[in-house]
Amino acid sequence: MSKSPLKTGPNRDVILGLIVAALLVLIAIRAPVFMSSGSLDTLVTDGALLGMMAVAQMLPILTGGIDLSMPANMAFTGMATALLSKAHPAMPVLATVAIALAIGLVLGAFNGCFIAYLGIPPIVVTLGTMSIYRGAVFMLSRGAWVNAQDFGKPYLAFPMGRLLGLTHIFWIAALLIAAAYVFLNHMQKGRELYALGGNPPAAKYVGINNTHNKMLIYLLTGLASGLCGYLWVARYAIAYTEIALGFELQTVAACVIGGVSIAGGRGSVPGTLLGAAFLVIIFNALPIINVSPFWQMAISGTVVLAAVIINSRGERSQGKVILEPERGTSAKVAS
Amino acid sequence: MNRTVSRWAFLKRWETILVLILLAICFVNSLASPYFLNPHNLFDSTQSFSEKAMIVLSMTLVIIGRDIDLSVASNVALCSTAMGWLALHGLPTSALLLASILVGTAAGMFNGLVITRFRVPAIVVTIGTLSLFRGIAYIVLGDQAFTRYPANFSELGQGYLFNLIPYEFLVFMGLAAAFYVLLHRTVIGRNLFAYGNNPDAALYSGIQVNRYRFWFFTLNGAMCGLAAAFLTSRIGATRPNMAQGWDMEAIAMVVLGGVSIMGGSGTLLGVLLSVFVMGMLTFGLGLINIPGIMMTVVVGFLLIGAIATPIVARKLSDWRRERAGA
Repeated sequence: MSKSPLKTGPNRDVILGLIVAALLVLIAIRAPVFMSSGSLDTLVTDGALLGMMAVAQMLPILTGGIDLSMPANMAFTGMATALLSKAHPAMPVLATVAIALAIGLVLGAFNGCFIAYLGIPPIVVTLGTMSIYRGAVFMLSRGAWVNAQDFGKPYLAFPMGRLLGLTHIFWIAALLIAAAYVFLNHMQKGRELYALGGNPPAAKYVGINNTHNKMLIYLLTGLASGLCGYLWVARYAIAYTEIALGFELQTVAACVIGGVSIAGGRGSVPGTLLGAAFLVIIFNALPIINVSPFWQMAISGTVVLAAVIINSRGERSQGKVILEPERGTSAKVAS
Repeated sequence: MNRTVSRWAFLKRWETILVLILLAICFVNSLASPYFLNPHNLFDSTQSFSEKAMIVLSMTLVIIGRDIDLSVASNVALCSTAMGWLALHGLPTSALLLASILVGTAAGMFNGLVITRFRVPAIVVTIGTLSLFRGIAYIVLGDQAFTRYPANFSELGQGYLFNLIPYEFLVFMGLAAAFYVLLHRTVIGRNLFAYGNNPDAALYSGIQVNRYRFWFFTLNGAMCGLAAAFLTSRIGATRPNMAQGWDMEAIAMVVLGGVSIMGGSGTLLGVLLSVFVMGMLTFGLGLINIPGIMMTVVVGFLLIGAIATPIVARKLSDWRRERAGA
């Protein structure tokens, strides 16, 4: 029973990888233009942004939490750096990145304080800060847009600059995702996160500090959002209040498709990346195979539901079952 | 023990606090505008929150039962889209109202079915249906809107009883009374509190927890359908992005009303008061020309503040007691 091939693990990743490859082949047959270098370049850059944010989203989900405020954080950081670039066009890239990281960190710390120190469920806190940060973007910009010609040269040039033919965004993402992989698989802190999500009381008994780890997680999602906020704005060369609106759903969707358990304790970086790849390929293929982009939302919803249902089969055999029928509620929002 | 006594005292006090906040807001509003206390104006102001408040009632039950529904706003958009499409095909107002409630109920049932049948957390299922429901509205409408409704359709959301009380406010108050009875005066309500407090214990004492959860999600969907009918009638158009942000506002109102987000406690009176507090606050901010997006900032702070305040208060008193003991 526990040998379901679709449960989390290397097996599941292989199957998902095959599905993604099959998807690519199908789309390539239907529309060969999809495999052109220009189209693939867009795909890789879009995928890098979603991949980074999805791996960041995986951290809170591993511990049974969630961070819905990441796109709003991105929008705020993006707008703040854009306005700075408008005021100081010569601002060096390093300064921009440092400022983006700092702002993202502060917004993440705000989440973390409520979640880690007051024990308020992450869903509630980040649902609240999602609209607070989004409103703050509006206050900052007074609703105005920052357009392509307003940015300083270095601000726009760096993320879309190229190394070995690929954009800097891709290389930054590759570096950070590799770091996340090492962190989660080979460092004590990373393993603690799995323990925390898999069995919180047991984690506590073996001396894992719940509070500090939770704070760490929301600081990390804040940092990632800050950096991606800058990269996002520079990539599209525009900043406005609604940047990345609804992107939180895509990051959660990538995690769920990738086999990350929303109840915590299960999930892998490669799985999440494959989930992100799956979504990005579908979204980028839609206009090419003549499907209206208005289908995006319904498709991601359907894919999430399908993935959730498939995951639930893999997860059910966990633990000892005392009473077979109707097991009551599993925790809705783990704190 | 006296711990339960003190908890009830706290709940009572929470409702008292809400009444005081409400009075303060009304006082400030009446200073901001001399027309605020005019009865016509007061009743008109209820229109801005009556629809949302209908969903708040059923969301209260969902949250007391340890669940959450993030798909309500999308469900409203879906119901409205269904109505708009049927109106194009010439259906009369009564059929549109019925259709909206049916679509909403079906969508709620779908949530409940996936959550209970596959034993997955409500949050992730409703994140999925949040995308799916609104996604269907986008597929049907794209960047268009349905604006052709029967002539008497607007009566639903814009009509008044005695030329004074909006129908939708009447419906909301009637529903609030019904939900009060359901939650505080029936076995269903008692069982809801029981499994919200301790699902396993409730299950072992014979409460069919999943059946209750299924029906409360269904009820929540039905309320979305009803709210969608009134909203569509009031604004006279269906757009795929309508009711955006209502999920957060509805959850905020429930939590501000003193319902524990962890389930198992809360009163309908508290929720009713918080609906009025938020409604009057929104209306007041409108009076002094605060843009809509700032309103969501206020709601965001209220949501976090309403949960954080009692926790901070408890931590402080614990800390004081510890110091006194030591």
